[in-house]
Amino acid sequence: MRESRLWFWHILSAIVIVFLLGAHMGTMHMNTILNSLGLGSADPVDSVEVFRRSASPVFLVAYIVLLGSALFHGLYGLRSMLFELSLSKSVEKTIGGLCAFAGFALFGYGTYVAIVVYRMHGVQP
Amino acid sequence: MSDSKAAPTVVFEVLRFHPEKDKAPYLQQYSVPVTRGMTVLEGLTWIKEHIDSTLVWRSSCRMGICGSCGMFINGVPRLACNNQISHLHSDRISVKPLPNFEIIRDLVPDLESLFDRHRSVKPYLIRKDSHEQHHPVGEYFQSHQELINYIQFAYCIKCGLCLAACPTAATSDKFIGPQSLTQAWRYTIDSRDEGAGERAEQLYSSHGVYRCHFAGTCSQVCPKGVDPALAIQLAKKEAFVRAFGIRKQRRAARVAPPVENWVRNRDIPAPPTPTIEKSRA
Repeated sequence: MRESRLWFWHILSAIVIVFLLGAHMGTMHMNTILNSLGLGSADPVDSVEVFRRSASPVFLVAYIVLLGSALFHGLYGLRSMLFELSLSKSVEKTIGGLCAFAGFALFGYGTYVAIVVYRMHGVQP
Repeated sequence: MSDSKAAPTVVFEVLRFHPEKDKAPYLQQYSVPVTRGMTVLEGLTWIKEHIDSTLVWRSSCRMGICGSCGMFINGVPRLACNNQISHLHSDRISVKPLPNFEIIRDLVPDLESLFDRHRSVKPYLIRKDSHEQHHPVGEYFQSHQELINYIQFAYCIKCGLCLAACPTAATSDKFIGPQSLTQAWRYTIDSRDEGAGERAEQLYSSHGVYRCHFAGTCSQVCPKGVDPALAIQLAKKEAFVRAFGIRKQRRAARVAPPVENWVRNRDIPAPPTPTIEKSRA
């Protein structure tokens, strides 16, 4: 039932991505609407504003969860597409291993960057 | 169809291929006079009887039960016997062998891959008590509702149309396919079955239900209304339910005890003595 668990996480990550990308769209591209509600910032792409957001624990968690969800969803989807090419079992295992390695490596690197920026406490380098 | 009322004709464009003679398949055209209610299969029979006796296809029952005459007719996998020419609304009928299968000759697909897939999902009742399975002593209890749960999926005639229409099967030889996944599901939800665990290995493998794109073409082309896409979605749902232990596993149906003190209805005649015993005597 390993494939069942992977598929379940694939679906769950899709739902998470929808919500977090929605939050991203709201924060970055619909700031005028949020401003009218008193929730947005003047210029969301301004570097001061970017660092201020990155220093927030809520955004730190959101970044890491979005990173993990997007990586898992994308890499599982890539693996599924490649599995439909009637490959041999050994090639399938190699693809699975490479996807897992790429996923963990990118997740580790992305998490490291998010934590480093968080620890700057909103101060630009 | 031709406008001429005297002799309405359609052009059959048939894919021909003889593996021992031809390097590649080619199209051959035949003009066929159409009568009212004439099916594509009858059109092919007319060609064989009047024009070209070398044309080859597979058919048997002529009434949509045996599943032998599956063909790719006007770009859609259909049974040649239950599709009338007039219902195709065209004066050109393209007839090719089913896609996603090797061609044996002309319109005859090699269904071996379908049967291999079918065999792989153990499409039969499995009981934990192997003695009881191999030496059954009676019938199993089954309610009307338990029968309704799977009966739709039991209508499959193994014609291969769903596999021919499946976009995943078109690229992946390893995909178990809508027909076999549906049959795996049909036996898994049968109240008499205890083989869900054995079948799950195939059903939920990396080439099982999760490779279905849910295009739904399998359900569209099924001539018996089996709806393989539904079976695959239900199997996915079951995997979720099982993974989280939301529902307890059901107990398999018991064997009904032998009926005692029974009296034969006098209106029903006794069966004849088995002929094999007669000859031995």
